[in-house]
Amino acid sequence: MKKLHVLGTGCAKCNQLMEVTTKASEELALDCEIEKVTDLLRFADFGVMVTPALVIDGKVKVSGRVPPIEEMKRLLGEEGS
Amino acid sequence: MKDLKKFALLAGVFLFAYYLPFDHPKVSNAILEAFRLLQWYALHHTLACVVPAMFIAGAISTFLSKEAVIKYLGPGSRPVLAYSVASVAGMALAVCSCSVLPMFAGIYTMGAGLGPASAFLYAGPAINVLAVFLSARVLGLDIGVARTLGAIVFAVVIGLSMRLIFRRGEKRRNDVRIQTADTSSVRPLWKTALFFLGMILFLVFSDWYNTNEATVVMNDGIRIEANIRYDRRDTVDIQEFDADGRLGSEIRRLDKGDIAEVRSKPGFVMTVHGMKWQLAGAMGVLVLLMAWRWFSRDELKAWMSSTWEYTMLIVPLLFAGVFVTGFVGGLIPEQAVAGVVGGNSLLANFIASFVGMNWYFATLTEIPIVEMLTRLGMGKGPALSLLLSGPALSLPSILVIYKVIGARKTLVFCTLTVVASTLVGYVFGMFA
Repeated sequence: MKKLHVLGTGCAKCNQLMEVTTKASEELALDCEIEKVTDLLRFADFGVMVTPALVIDGKVKVSGRVPPIEEMKRLLGEEGS
Repeated sequence: MKDLKKFALLAGVFLFAYYLPFDHPKVSNAILEAFRLLQWYALHHTLACVVPAMFIAGAISTFLSKEAVIKYLGPGSRPVLAYSVASVAGMALAVCSCSVLPMFAGIYTMGAGLGPASAFLYAGPAINVLAVFLSARVLGLDIGVARTLGAIVFAVVIGLSMRLIFRRGEKRRNDVRIQTADTSSVRPLWKTALFFLGMILFLVFSDWYNTNEATVVMNDGIRIEANIRYDRRDTVDIQEFDADGRLGSEIRRLDKGDIAEVRSKPGFVMTVHGMKWQLAGAMGVLVLLMAWRWFSRDELKAWMSSTWEYTMLIVPLLFAGVFVTGFVGGLIPEQAVAGVVGGNSLLANFIASFVGMNWYFATLTEIPIVEMLTRLGMGKGPALSLLLSGPALSLPSILVIYKVIGARKTLVFCTLTVVASTLVGYVFGMFA
């Protein structure tokens, strides 16, 4: 099972990233758990500087932007990432 | 939370409609003023400035590699580099104001430390592309330039002061490493640089400074040497020059039907102004060519979609802000704020800068608000003070900063911000 973290303080772009992530994981029927992290003191736990960010299994995959859904599916679908 | 906001908005509109005495002459005038201000922005600032700036903001978030910038804000970077990059990084990184605070926290806890983090926080919100160009257009070239330079220079000063005051007790987290998403660039740097240069030049030309100095010839033959302040479809507001060539303080409204001709004062600036659309158009064609030759379809799609995101984020707030500002400004008697922040005393600058520290300005609305305040008698110095401290800090953001760096550092940072903004405004006001 993959562990996804969506990081952002709750601004419009962060909510968008959450939406795209949820939608992509549903379309892929991905076995995963998505957690939204809004406390900016916790961002440092992941080593993230620029939000919104997506962390897959502890690795930062997206930072500072909202990728289109196709790219998101590719990111989520990658094996062993 | 989201629903609560929507409810508050609905309730606000309801109370407005329920209680407002629309037939009261002051109120009907204020409503008219609100639409007049909106028209002024629509006529003069939207197509030339706001729209292109949205495309640039979208391009920055899509094509600029943030990793390259962050590299210089990391823990091992050389101080000189870290401070200078932090003070200008807002241009590339802070296109969305909500990302400023997380980045501040990131630079503080795992990056180059308190100094560069403070520098970034002070300058970041003031130097994004739209803020720079819209300030220069709406408030005047001098304030626009002073705001940008003041923010960058004093970001370094404030950052260094923070570092000096809190030499010991840096609380760095060594257990984490900055992670960046690897987005390797598909283009050589010079192509990206040229692309952005083309877009910025488009804005420079489309926003080319209009001196607004003109000779207004009335139908009855009277000639008025004046500065055109607000040019709208039916009326024009002018500020007359005195006999000794200084601008008078009073603003007069003329009916366009009474004006025979408006002749601009010639000069280099105005010559370029006369052909600004050709120059901007040439830049636009170049940018389109580059986009077509150098970028893939997917990249262009991503660019357009992030441009649209920014538009949705900024435009409704900005224009609602303009409208509300026009309305409130119409209710406030002229010269009302002159007593508090008129002229250029140290106290006036301090008040402006202190209010700015506490007040929360929604994205970019500080520009129409300051413009309205200057119309109501605010001096140029205090206007700059407010522009500098306003977006950098607000009560909500102070609370977040307090959570990140603690009470003492927050207090010192706020004090430094207010003092620096006051001084910059004061010095600027002496020359303006």
